[in-house]
Amino acid sequence: MDFNSILTLLRPELSLLAIIIILLIYDLFAGNTAKKYFQPLAWVLLAAHTVWSFCLTPEGTLFGGMFATTQAASLVKAILSLATLIVFLQAGGALAKAESSFKTGEFYVLTLSTLFGMNIMISSGHFLMFYLGLETASIPLACLVAFDKYKQNSAEAAAKYILNAALSSGILVYGLSFIYGTCGTLYFANVPSLLDMTVLQVAGIVMFLAGMGFKISLVPFHMWTPDVYQGAPTSVTAYLSVVSKGAAAFALMTVLFKVFAPMAAVWQDLLYGIIIVTITLANLFAIRQKDIKRFFAYSSISQAGYVVLGIMAGTAEGMTAMIYYILVYILSNLAAFGVISTVENHTGRVNIDQYNGLYSTNPRMAFVMMLALFSLGGIPPFAGFFSKFFIFTSAAASGYYVLVFIALVNTIISLYYYLLVVKAMFINKTDAPAPHFRSEKALVFSLAICVAGIIFAGVASCLYGGIGQFTFGM
Amino acid sequence: MDIPMQCYLLVAAVMFFCGIYGFITRHNVLAMLISLELILNAVNINFVVFNRFLYPEALEGYFFTLFSIGVAAGETAVAIAIIINIYRNIKNIKVENLDNMKF
Repeated sequence: MDFNSILTLLRPELSLLAIIIILLIYDLFAGNTAKKYFQPLAWVLLAAHTVWSFCLTPEGTLFGGMFATTQAASLVKAILSLATLIVFLQAGGALAKAESSFKTGEFYVLTLSTLFGMNIMISSGHFLMFYLGLETASIPLACLVAFDKYKQNSAEAAAKYILNAALSSGILVYGLSFIYGTCGTLYFANVPSLLDMTVLQVAGIVMFLAGMGFKISLVPFHMWTPDVYQGAPTSVTAYLSVVSKGAAAFALMTVLFKVFAPMAAVWQDLLYGIIIVTITLANLFAIRQKDIKRFFAYSSISQAGYVVLGIMAGTAEGMTAMIYYILVYILSNLAAFGVISTVENHTGRVNIDQYNGLYSTNPRMAFVMMLALFSLGGIPPFAGFFSKFFIFTSAAASGYYVLVFIALVNTIISLYYYLLVVKAMFINKTDAPAPHFRSEKALVFSLAICVAGIIFAGVASCLYGGIGQFTFGM
Repeated sequence: MDIPMQCYLLVAAVMFFCGIYGFITRHNVLAMLISLELILNAVNINFVVFNRFLYPEALEGYFFTLFSIGVAAGETAVAIAIIINIYRNIKNIKVENLDNMKF
């Protein structure tokens, strides 16, 4: 292992670390005038990092196999940092307020730290690295959820998040200890040949799945999600719902493919049931929500079910479909959250009723929201349709017809509640629609990226083929 | 006198499930945090015992335990900071009072 290969393979992590340190020092030592340039500096640095990340790193291992990266992993890292950039562009308005402007630096540094943890988790080659990445991702997120220090909801959400995260990682490592006890090693490269379906190993994999289920918020383990999403500041909710979830889902897939492939029968049965309850229950609960952030929490739980459907097949097509799904989901959800945070910043409210008649006063905002919801629901010309289509194709190709049918029926249910919001914006009559507001340039720019992405990813087939070059199956 | 490995594992399993039970039944957020510590310590015992009895030639289990202790400390620090923040907001740390948001 030479210094050069560290620089090549660890490049996304190293450049992220450099950004974190630069921002931390800048935030500490900059004077009041220089502080004004903090956010633009952070945006520029992260944009440069994102562009650089899209030049993928080659496949390889470092540190005796502790760190193992693939091209698919580095593609996902690039997608996640793009999502983080969009979240940052949208966070400006909320951070400019007096009660949180002095905490701007903390917001950026903490968010980037969690992104760093997710990068480690995605390309780990040993369960210790995996665990450390998971914790590096979830502990700073608890601080971010508690960001609105004087709001009771924020504190409550943070307590629920940290307790659930700690419990889930406790269960996860208890399962890992069984794997260690039966295999004698935790290297991803060595474990598969030692798996022999003993009871202890099955218990270990069940606990591992339960722990990861908490992170991705699959149904029996989803109870924290709506509360945390509702209580957290809106930009943190956006981050939680796309970046954190996408990273955990991809990491779960890598581990299941690379390490637990010999026990596919066990985890495929488990996931089969989990996916059905996840999609169905989350859709039914989403229908009765009045708070738009809670509504999107349930929507994101059901979307997580679709994401995990890509794992079921265990093929390279499944992985391609899943990465594509994560990309499209990130763009659509962040477009929606951009609108939500603007409306929240200007009216201070997050009820769905608030969106009544939004079209009459803010036609462009309403239009962006509509595009995002159409894409999330899976209406044809937009990217959301194709991402769902590829996921279903990959699962059906492996013979899961009943599962795909149930997911398909649920897509129709989800269309109902997504269109409820569209109806509120365009059709519902109201005496006092939200006033017309001008939004900051950064937010408009981020929405433009999202909308362009939703439309472009829907019509450009080269994107799906391009992702397909890097993926691998079990 | 040699104590067999199963005894250690039994202790760890009892600790783990006591932790889960405590996490579900306690009404105080701090007590829930203590239950979490029980869970994490059960994991540590498991790793050390497996390493000591089954794979004494390598140190993976010991190292996992060291890191896990460090992570648990970090987690507790953040959790306690959050609990203090809750106390400042509502003047107690009862779980029943953390019910602003539900369903």
